Amino acid sequence: MMARPFAVACGAALAVAVAFLALPVVAVFADAPPRDLVSALGDDAALDALRLSFECSALALVAVVVIGTPAAWLLATRRFPGRAALVTLVELPLVMPPAVAGIGLLAALGPDGILGGITGRHLVLQTAGVVVALAFVSAPFYLRLAQAGFAAVDPALLEASRTLGAGEARTFARVAVPSARAALAAGAALAWGRALGEFGATLMFAGSFRGVTQTAPLAIYERFSTDLTAALALSAVLIAVSAGLLLAVKLATRDAVG
Amino acid sequence: MRWWWLIGLALVAGCGSGGSDDLKVSAASSLKPPFTQLGGARFSFAGSDQLAAQIRSGAKPDVFAAANAKLPDELYADGLVEQPVAFAGNRLVLAVAPKSRIAGLADLVTPGVAIAMGSSSVPIGSYTEKVLSGLPAAQRAAIMRNVRSREPDVAGVIGKLTEGAVDAGFVYVTDVRAAGGRAEAIELPAALEPDVTYEAAVVKGSGHPARARAFIEGLLSGRAAAALRRAGFLPAP
Repeated sequence: MMARPFAVACGAALAVAVAFLALPVVAVFADAPPRDLVSALGDDAALDALRLSFECSALALVAVVVIGTPAAWLLATRRFPGRAALVTLVELPLVMPPAVAGIGLLAALGPDGILGGITGRHLVLQTAGVVVALAFVSAPFYLRLAQAGFAAVDPALLEASRTLGAGEARTFARVAVPSARAALAAGAALAWGRALGEFGATLMFAGSFRGVTQTAPLAIYERFSTDLTAALALSAVLIAVSAGLLLAVKLATRDAVG
Repeated sequence: MRWWWLIGLALVAGCGSGGSDDLKVSAASSLKPPFTQLGGARFSFAGSDQLAAQIRSGAKPDVFAAANAKLPDELYADGLVEQPVAFAGNRLVLAVAPKSRIAGLADLVTPGVAIAMGSSSVPIGSYTEKVLSGLPAAQRAAIMRNVRSREPDVAGVIGKLTEGAVDAGFVYVTDVRAAGGRAEAIELPAALEPDVTYEAAVVKGSGHPARARAFIEGLLSGRAAAALRRAGFLPAP
């Protein structure tokens, strides 16, 4: 008799969760007719913002994957003093409000920041600054999943590779990375999604200028006050891309498991 | 049945933070220094255009206080707010860092000078565009080439200046005063200075219309008016 109310309660909870999470997504597409959405995308400024978003997030993702993969491998496979503290430190941006991330980036890499003597104004209000902000907020997603992926690789596999004479680098490239590819793909997709959606840190660190630093989320915010249809159209594109990313991850993960 | 507790707790916590009986005031970013001293209301500060768009999208603060007359007047024309009241004035200035080499508009044309201004839709941005439109075309174009960021509100413009990302920004004189010693104001030529008028209105559908009207009355005389003067705001023109 206990199982039934529990099942009903779970079903109700799922219904609430789905309705709550899906409604805003559906509303974006329902609020503006498709024809308006398409014509709003014909706007040059909107295309500039989308192009900038894709370019900057792709660059940030490349940097995150290239540096993050070996870093995560080390964190997952070595035990050293202070490791837990280090892991917490690199995951901290996950729970940081974007405004705090923006302030932190300014204090570190802004003209008056700790490294201001080197960075000067080469990052603030520049496209390079957008890439830096996106990499900062998205890297922890990748690091976290990559680390979990590497930790889950069967040690016997790695041992076998070493026994057969493969060096550490070869074992990493030929055994560890392919074995953890589902986790790496999931981490990359989450990081990319987070980078595409970044708003607060970008605005504080890189500002907002069309074609230079105004990414799609910043353009959406600006359009909200002047042209709600255009804001909805850009939102719809970002949602569609994010959905595509998530779907790709699901497929990649299923491949590896099944 | 232990999880009912959690649901109850979540509901109580949710209501505790959101269901208070305070007056809700949506106010232009530039009003933050005087308004936060007032208390007795919950303030939401952002670009006036964003706040107006929220009201158009169905948000119902009790009071809308904007950095221009246009946005409240448009909402009034569309039946979303009551008759707006002009309650303060302000002055547009060029803000620079202390000991800056920039002494006026003429210095903004130099290549390499970085400038921040508001986006077109926010009042600070449209006032700035008005000033620049009074300049010769070549000078205006040279200044616009040096603009590095179009910020969504005036807090963003003054922030970009105080953090050293730009050399100059167009803000209200009250923002420079609120920045303490981190910024200095350069007056604009009188012929170019725009009329900056702040208007407030009671939002239709407000749950506390009487208190909302009293709040706006208070901006014209009394403690709130005194706080506005202390922060450097002018009486309504």
